[in-house]
Amino acid sequence: MPSVRLVDVTKRFGEVEAIDDVSFQVVDGEYLCVLGPTGSGKTTLLRLIAGLTRPDQGKIYIDGKLVNEIDPEDRNAVYVPQQYALFPHMTALGNVAFGPLSRGRSRQRALKTAQTMLDMMRLGSRVGAFPQELSGGMQQRVALARGLASDSKLLLLDEPLGALDARLRVELRYQLSKLAREAGLTVLHVTHDQEEALSVADRVLVLRSGRIQQAGTPFNIYNNPQSIFVADFVGGSNFLEGIVRERGRDGSTVELREGYKVRVRDVSHLLQERVVVAVRLESVHVRAHSEFNPNELPGEILSRVFLGAFVRYDVGLDSGDMIASRVFFRHSPELFDAGRRVVVDFSPEDATVYTYPYIGISRELEVI
Amino acid sequence: MLDRLSSKREIRLLVYGSSLAFFFLLVLLPPLTGVLLRLEQATEIFSNAELAARAQSAIVWSFAIATLVSMLDLGAALPMAWLIARRRGAWRDSLDTLVDIPFIIPTVALGFSSLLFWGQAGGMLGSRSVFQPGLTLVLLLHFAFSYPVVVRVLVGEFQTYQRTYEVVARTLGASPFTAVRTVTLPILKPGLVAAFLLAFARSLSETGATVMVAGAFENGPVFIKNAKDAGFQGPLVFVSTVLILSSVLVFALISIVGRRFKLPLRRVWPSLETRLSSPSSVASRDAVTLIVFLLFVVAPSLFIVLPGVQAIFDGTLGMALNRTGPWSQYWNSIALSYTIGLAATLLNVLAGLPLALLIARVRVGGSITAAIDALVNVPIIIPSIALGVSLSFFWGSFGSLPEFWVLILSHTTITYTYFVRAVAAAVQGMPTELEDAARTLGARPLTVFRRITAPIIKYSLLAGAIMVFTRAIDETGAAVAVSRELKTAPVLLVDWVRGTVAVTASERALGIGFLVITSFATLLVLRLIARRV
Repeated sequence: MPSVRLVDVTKRFGEVEAIDDVSFQVVDGEYLCVLGPTGSGKTTLLRLIAGLTRPDQGKIYIDGKLVNEIDPEDRNAVYVPQQYALFPHMTALGNVAFGPLSRGRSRQRALKTAQTMLDMMRLGSRVGAFPQELSGGMQQRVALARGLASDSKLLLLDEPLGALDARLRVELRYQLSKLAREAGLTVLHVTHDQEEALSVADRVLVLRSGRIQQAGTPFNIYNNPQSIFVADFVGGSNFLEGIVRERGRDGSTVELREGYKVRVRDVSHLLQERVVVAVRLESVHVRAHSEFNPNELPGEILSRVFLGAFVRYDVGLDSGDMIASRVFFRHSPELFDAGRRVVVDFSPEDATVYTYPYIGISRELEVI
Repeated sequence: MLDRLSSKREIRLLVYGSSLAFFFLLVLLPPLTGVLLRLEQATEIFSNAELAARAQSAIVWSFAIATLVSMLDLGAALPMAWLIARRRGAWRDSLDTLVDIPFIIPTVALGFSSLLFWGQAGGMLGSRSVFQPGLTLVLLLHFAFSYPVVVRVLVGEFQTYQRTYEVVARTLGASPFTAVRTVTLPILKPGLVAAFLLAFARSLSETGATVMVAGAFENGPVFIKNAKDAGFQGPLVFVSTVLILSSVLVFALISIVGRRFKLPLRRVWPSLETRLSSPSSVASRDAVTLIVFLLFVVAPSLFIVLPGVQAIFDGTLGMALNRTGPWSQYWNSIALSYTIGLAATLLNVLAGLPLALLIARVRVGGSITAAIDALVNVPIIIPSIALGVSLSFFWGSFGSLPEFWVLILSHTTITYTYFVRAVAAAVQGMPTELEDAARTLGARPLTVFRRITAPIIKYSLLAGAIMVFTRAIDETGAAVAVSRELKTAPVLLVDWVRGTVAVTASERALGIGFLVITSFATLLVLRLIARRV
């Protein structure tokens, strides 16, 4: 049964460390999404596991077997690049039969396996079609059938939905995870789209500059981001700089710029420590007047953007900070125009506190 | 079994290693060291002032002609390539085919045809001769045979070019002429430089046809041929060495300068350029393009058909088929040419394939690959007769090597570049993901090549092999330089036309005619095969 384990794997391209001392494990039957911005080393990670690139350091295990020196054809890990790389000179059937034929099966048996797999992917009637005659969704199913037919239970998907238009992308995302689960595959799915990762994965691994930032279930990643990078990259957040001024048993008080103070539940930071308070956009409320809620901060609406179900406000606080809010259109009693004086607030439970990054917030949030 | 072996690292090293060894030891080393073996003879030329002066002027003329002809070709071929790439209609396809004619006809036949068309009585333009053999005829000839190369390259460039840039320029207010001049051509500059270089190389290298039309005029190759016939060893070595060194230098220079050189775009002349884009200007431009093409390229190339057909009816055909008189040697030469062509093709396909894959795919280190990539061009950069001279010295130093094998090895060297270039380019144009995906599906390296890479690039594989074969059969320069007893068909025909062998005008025309017909037939067969596969 397929499982993958990486131990202290490093890969350099010249001076650049594409993958920097990475260790993690994928268990049998798991659907793991590797989420990261462009250039974070996602593709390199897949190519290392597929055997198309060799690591400079570290060990890679598939099914508990060390595969560092094993050629790609003997690893049983199917690499599916963006746009699927279906062989343009072969029919759907020929594409799917390629794996079994390469592994030395008889022609008859290979074709039979291919037919079975294509039937399973509901493509039984299109076996004679060439890739370019098939729709994006069908191509994806051929790619899956091709992987299945090669006897492999480990699928490495490199931005499998990247080339599709927005609507189809959402539709095929669910098809992909459903089919993979039905076939009992172990999947590593690489993407830069956080929504895609959160919605299909059993577990998400956030990668940045070749290092793992955080790994966990989608719920966990979204609700307990362990760094301001993850808080920003997955879901987006507001960041307010401040210093811890009081620390009690049920929370702390952080002083923002210009003496404004906010309460947070966090007690893990020391008195006088420089910190960043992160608040999700949907946790920030915008009101016309003070309602004597905790953490009220006065400011002025800078802009209002209509997003369909939501309205997004950018508010310039009197403290000099900026804060953004995303509110349900139907739940907001009134719409505020740019230039309007308002009061924003958020509950202490919705604020997360991080140690101030020594390279500064903006550098810490850079995606490359 | 073989597939399984291809997974072994040692086997892969062996295959790539032997292909590299073949390239360096059999293709690159001989032409570069051959002349060095005789270098001390080169100084002989300075004791003969007249010969020295002749040699110097021949070398200078070689480069002057190549430069002038390539520029003229670029000017004449640009509007033609535009016509072929951008217009629609049935006549476009026939134009497309017509352009290739000077390419398909062996250059010696082209030379003879031009000679008859421009130079001799009964020419199309009346009963008196237009031009005597000499410089003008050489220029006209070189213009004609370089023309299709330039058109082909430019058509390819126009077809792969993203037209959006041009469309955007138009919507920003540029007239069609301005858009092409300021946007399209600068973007396609690498293609223009490549086309220029190819025309330049062909002009610098061509020997057989040039010898036929040169008369008393001498450029580099003609000088070498005359020196060889007269038995002047010193001048032979001197001019060959200078040509080898200077051609490599000039090519490096043009490549570097071509990359730096910017098309001057300082100004736009809106009213003038709008007028140049008007339907009437375009129509007259097209007309001039077509007239130049028909008069200077098509007519001189196809003129051979007339005397050829006459020869069929005056009894020469019977003699030829009965192998009487000079014809016995003629048929032997044809057979020799084809044998050598086949052998050279076979060797180059076998030895060139791994190298092409190496250039396109294996990352031995960027600069090493780039160096090999550049060195592969050396055989087509050096004028082929100079290369032949060098090769004859090199292989001559292995005293016992039979002439037949020397001929095969020389033709292999001369044509080496074509297959490697064609295949490397095709593989580079193919997404690596296809091969990667195939490997992870369980295919061994050789299986990937057999079932994925080869079928996808099969057209380029065949085109490369066909190119090698036709070039090998067509080659005169190197063959002239190397041959002692054995004569390939083009070499023999140069002798026929130059009158060193006693043959009648009819026999000349028919001999050349047969060469054209066999070439056509072979090409046709090869292309049919290519389509089938």
